[in-house]
Amino acid sequence: MKAAVITFPGSNCDLDMYHALVDEFQIETEILPATITDLSAYDAIFIPGGFSYGDYLRTGAIARFAPVMAAIKAADQQGKIIVGICNGFQILTEAGLLPGALQTNTQPGFICDITGLKVVNTTSKFTNAFTKSINQFPIAHGEGNYYVDAATLATMQANQQILFTYTDNPNGSIADIAGVTNVNGNVFGMMPHPERAVDALLGNVDGRAFFSSIIASLVNQQEAIKA
Amino acid sequence: MIHTYTEPTPTEIRDQKIYLPWGLTDAEYELVCQKLDRLPNYTETGLFAAMWSEHCSYKKSKPVLRTFWSKNERVLQGPGEGAGILDIGDNQAVVFKAESHNHPSAVEPYEGAATGVGGILRDIFSMGAQPIAVLDSLRFGEIDNERTKYLINEVIAGIAGYGNAIGIPTVGGEIAFDKTYAGNPLVNVMAVGLLDQDAMKVGQAKGVDNAILYVGAKTGRDGIHGATFASAAFSDEEESDRSAVQVGDPFTEKLVMDATIAIVKRYPEDVIGIQDMGAAGLVSSSAEMASKAGMGVHLNLDLVPQREANMTPYELMLSESQERMLLVIKKGSESKAISLFAEYGLESVVIGKVTDDGMYRLDFNGEIVAQIDAQDLTTAPKYNLPAVAPKRLQNAAKEQFVPKIDDLKQTYLQILQQATIASKASLYRHFDSMVQTNTVVRPGSDAAVVRIRGTKKALAMTTDVNGRYLYLDPFVGGQMAMAEAARNIVASGALPIGITDCLNFGNPDNPEVYYELAQSVAGINQMAQALNTPVISGNVSLYNEYNDEAIYPTPMVGMVGLHADNQTIMTQGFKQAGDAIYVVGTTTAAFNGSEIQKMQTGTINGQLFAFDAEAELTNQQLVLSAIQAGLITSAHDLSEGGLAVGLAEAAFDQHLGFDVAVNLSDALLFSETQSRFIVSVNPAHQAAFEAHMGTAAQLMGQVTDNGTFKLTTTDGTTEILENEAYTSWKEAIGWLLK
Repeated sequence: MKAAVITFPGSNCDLDMYHALVDEFQIETEILPATITDLSAYDAIFIPGGFSYGDYLRTGAIARFAPVMAAIKAADQQGKIIVGICNGFQILTEAGLLPGALQTNTQPGFICDITGLKVVNTTSKFTNAFTKSINQFPIAHGEGNYYVDAATLATMQANQQILFTYTDNPNGSIADIAGVTNVNGNVFGMMPHPERAVDALLGNVDGRAFFSSIIASLVNQQEAIKA
Repeated sequence: MIHTYTEPTPTEIRDQKIYLPWGLTDAEYELVCQKLDRLPNYTETGLFAAMWSEHCSYKKSKPVLRTFWSKNERVLQGPGEGAGILDIGDNQAVVFKAESHNHPSAVEPYEGAATGVGGILRDIFSMGAQPIAVLDSLRFGEIDNERTKYLINEVIAGIAGYGNAIGIPTVGGEIAFDKTYAGNPLVNVMAVGLLDQDAMKVGQAKGVDNAILYVGAKTGRDGIHGATFASAAFSDEEESDRSAVQVGDPFTEKLVMDATIAIVKRYPEDVIGIQDMGAAGLVSSSAEMASKAGMGVHLNLDLVPQREANMTPYELMLSESQERMLLVIKKGSESKAISLFAEYGLESVVIGKVTDDGMYRLDFNGEIVAQIDAQDLTTAPKYNLPAVAPKRLQNAAKEQFVPKIDDLKQTYLQILQQATIASKASLYRHFDSMVQTNTVVRPGSDAAVVRIRGTKKALAMTTDVNGRYLYLDPFVGGQMAMAEAARNIVASGALPIGITDCLNFGNPDNPEVYYELAQSVAGINQMAQALNTPVISGNVSLYNEYNDEAIYPTPMVGMVGLHADNQTIMTQGFKQAGDAIYVVGTTTAAFNGSEIQKMQTGTINGQLFAFDAEAELTNQQLVLSAIQAGLITSAHDLSEGGLAVGLAEAAFDQHLGFDVAVNLSDALLFSETQSRFIVSVNPAHQAAFEAHMGTAAQLMGQVTDNGTFKLTTTDGTTEILENEAYTSWKEAIGWLLK
């Protein structure tokens, strides 16, 4: 498995994601700039947190026009795993790769805290290794208030696209939604930070199951191809 | 040829004394004329006014600052550069410094605080270091008016807005409230960085014909005269000068930071010097680099990237536009430096070169607009100011205040609700404390701890000072600021290795203020040597006054400690029921200047209680060695609010209770005697712990899980529900800010 971490100008969780993938899960990983136009060599693509291009406009609104977005869309066409964390989630919704949008928290202001996450669906590519139904995940955002219209929400629920919900909604997200996939189940975005919860020294390893899930699904996929 | 615009002519400057509002005195102006052997023009007068301001020159505080002890076996770089540097082994070094942004934050709190973060980070990466943490030491007035609430909310938002976006975790600090800060809040920011010793850079312009490279944001008219603005006091009569406040852009700063660190790594031989453009912008950075190297510089101001039209040389030189750096690049290497910065989306321009005649020379529109000896520009006249002990110290009552406690539970809950004691979580939760995924101990414990990835090492860091103690005794209060900072570091299991400071005082021309400054520094210095924690960097902020009333002397101490092994990192919270609770150190009646005196009388007075430096060192060493030997499960420093508050804070972490009995009165639970810790010990280690500590530790009781704080004193037994205490402590700031 080979992973790419895409760094936009202003991304600031790129190294955190890199260290989680490389140091904790020994995944071959490269950090690539947003100017790159070919991602065909990578099995999984991670868009990290931060403030792409400063995010002085709407979060992710400029990043969606970066050269790398065409390559990310091509990877989606091939059904590759694409993960957006925090600002990455905002970018994926702006780019239309995930449904919905992220608004300013109901109580405005950036919040950094630990929040409970309920795993709603344990059959997905991103959640198959979770054993606990409630997990503690770090959050750090000011614009994490997820919104979709009622019709889309109903479709997402029917398709089991909602993977995580907040136990104590910190930002006003509709239906307590914390993390969602696209219809095909290969693109995922969430505001909480699994990469901040993988190292026992830092006091929280609840994020490990997220990475284990992705690894397991990639292994399955490769075995399926071989078979 | 000296050019003039529609600006006042040299003779008009002299006759109309237009230098006075810029902070130059008549005598200083005369000295400038003597040094130049002619009258300075408008630009030159502005350059001198900025460079000779207290903020840039330390002309008034220097005699005191020189006394700081700043050398030991770890010191690689002491005061005088962007930041100080300490050796932490394995060819690694820790870089740190603190800076005040009090004046800008008083008039434009969001941008003032934000650019405070930006400025101190530039000091760190200008040394070639990667910033790894930010801490904030904040002081506001009592939360009983809309103005203070506004200042608090905006300062917090400004720190968050800048620090979160640039991706450096805000891991700690402290916030306290007292009416002395109502008109003049304090916003002190400390930044810590990591450096490979080979990559160390300093701000020097060496080597004739080497290029002066301007990097980052364009220059605008913002922040002109920020340095002189910071060297004057506020009052009701004078409209505060908002134009002297800069506006921050953390996105550009992140690019500048990443690119600066990258160029030092990629082209170490080609980067001769780096300096950020902070106070007094372009003039300060370029003149200091020239003067430190004993060289001159020649700049062409037409080449300076400008974001506004028709800027004059005066404006270009004194602008404090943010996110700008000045580099000295080896001649011939300019184009590779410029293309590296372009990779990061940054504009960089050669605006001049290093010369060997020692002259500071500026061209504009093809004419020379300033020609000054660089040494003259950076050598302000020194002042030895008179110091007189304030009357309040001479007449202070010797007796300690006696708290009145009718109902211990009521007093206990009340002190937990005092703004200075109460939880600050509702404020610091706005700061990203986890980005970079190295934060082992997050805000809320005695000291923050950040691991050094790839090693077993970690760094502990804290900020501390209690202005009330210093108001009652600046020397002893200075010692106590150091002692408490060190107790914080030790309670985390780390060895204190060095400090930075922000010396926040009133107008130094007032002999009583100058006395406070000199005595505080002497107290800090005495403990710095005793603790083997050299003073490696710092900042002075004077003129912190409102309507001629000085703030309490508030020399903030920022301390860093080293963990050799991240497996012995300690936190303040009790871990499990059944663990034994000990107090380390002796409790005496120490109430003058205490939180309970303030709470019960509305003020503080009397002679400050005594400080025993020997007991402090002994107790710190005992606790540190006990932690490193694995004998302790939690350690918490005792400070404001004494045993009562310390026990509660240790219990809140895991919502545990305690059952303790002490041979003290109810009142002594609130005593603030220094040199004390609360530790909890697993019963299996009790015998070894007691043998290790000898008479320094007394058993008080044990941790419980019945949701109750049970306190038995010589006045009787009191029970308080943990959740009631917790709510009082946790929610108080939120209630006050509503």
